[in-house]
Amino acid sequence: MRNIPARHISEAIKNLCIRANYELPEDVLRALKSAHRTETNSRARDILQQLIDNARIARTKKIPLCQDTGVAIVFVETGHDVKITGGTLTEAIHAGILQGYKEGYLRKSIVHHPILRKNTGTNLPAHIHIDHVPGNKIKIHFLAKGGGAENCSQIKMFKPTVDPEEIQAFVIGVVKQAGASACPPVIVGVGIGGTFDKAPSLAKKALFRKIGSRNKDKTAAEMEKELLAKINQTGIGPSGLGGKTTALAVFVESFPCHIASLPVAVNMECHAHRVKECVI
Amino acid sequence: MKNPKSQISREAGQNPNKAKTLYLPLQGSPELQSLQTGDKVLLSGTLYTARDQAHKKLAAALVAGKKLPFNPAGQALYYVGPTPARPGRVIGAAGPTTASRMDAFAPTLYDAGIKITIGKGNRSSEVVASCKKNGAVYLVATGGAGALLSTYIKSAKIVAFPELGPEAIYRLEVKNFPAIVAIDAKGNNLFRQ
Repeated sequence: MRNIPARHISEAIKNLCIRANYELPEDVLRALKSAHRTETNSRARDILQQLIDNARIARTKKIPLCQDTGVAIVFVETGHDVKITGGTLTEAIHAGILQGYKEGYLRKSIVHHPILRKNTGTNLPAHIHIDHVPGNKIKIHFLAKGGGAENCSQIKMFKPTVDPEEIQAFVIGVVKQAGASACPPVIVGVGIGGTFDKAPSLAKKALFRKIGSRNKDKTAAEMEKELLAKINQTGIGPSGLGGKTTALAVFVESFPCHIASLPVAVNMECHAHRVKECVI
Repeated sequence: MKNPKSQISREAGQNPNKAKTLYLPLQGSPELQSLQTGDKVLLSGTLYTARDQAHKKLAAALVAGKKLPFNPAGQALYYVGPTPARPGRVIGAAGPTTASRMDAFAPTLYDAGIKITIGKGNRSSEVVASCKKNGAVYLVATGGAGALLSTYIKSAKIVAFPELGPEAIYRLEVKNFPAIVAIDAKGNNLFRQ
């Protein structure tokens, strides 16, 4: 059994909050640069150049990539041989986010109640997903999820006999409906299978994949490839103002489901993709 | 801020790719008439920030016949909720938020004298009609470029609703803030082309 003090977890989470909001991941920056090279629409090229400049300015001048520093989403894989001392895992995560959003000068975007809407002033609570895995380590995946793209996400409960083409048409429809509001070029997380609540969770988890990676499952991988090509033929383009760069990536994750069910969830993510991870 | 007689620079007419400069607040609306969808503009002068909750309050004040916390005549509203400024800095990240969430309130504000709104994404047909009716425009700035756009902001001061935190109304002074005309004063919409 390995003892890990709760404050070590808080410190790690704090750093993830700050780094995610100031440092665009390398794979995303690479994808933006590659799109800038291949894009032929001059307005789209201008906007992609602004996004590349934005990433540089954020990193060097310590200004968050986007003013919407998001809802804090944390996926944790905690080892069976880990004992957390001096507090619970959830408390430790919340303490880290509180510190990160304060010390990182990040915007507090959470209201205490969906109808009454008073800002909590802390960006808490976070959305925490905990998985128990073998081993004596804790792996933390952090995502600062902006509200604009999140609002464009959708779920649909399909009939199990549906033609897979219809599933693709639904995903493409969500991207089209989102248009400029999701801040294209977007990253599209698709969750297929499970239950009404599982599919969106898969779609969210899909967003943690690296651009360029393909699902090991051939059916999902093929769908990712086809969807990316089709989405980039919609002509939505950067900022929704035209061009062939509408999505930087499509990630599909699937899960077994009931004989009667085929839920499909699409979680939209903007190009300011604030993800970071660490292992304790 | 000096206001030259012509508020749109002449050079724009010679080169369609060259940005036109607008000085804010506008002294009248005719300057906007020559703008076309897709035109690049650079904004210099005053912008007022307002997003969801501030819009609700501003529209409620207008409906109740009350005065706004600032004079809307010829002004520009920027849909943004910035991050807190670091010590010694003017403002944090400050890119546009989704404009369509303000669609229900925008016609009331255009009617009250607002000439320019700045956000991201498409808008309702009511907003397009209101731009045409009021000789006003809607501009888009690049969503998700909050760090870059903040560098064009030279000062920021809260003028209303500090209790709303990031949703408070700020008066910003900007210089060469880049945007693109999405809805022009004739009611053309870049997103529908």
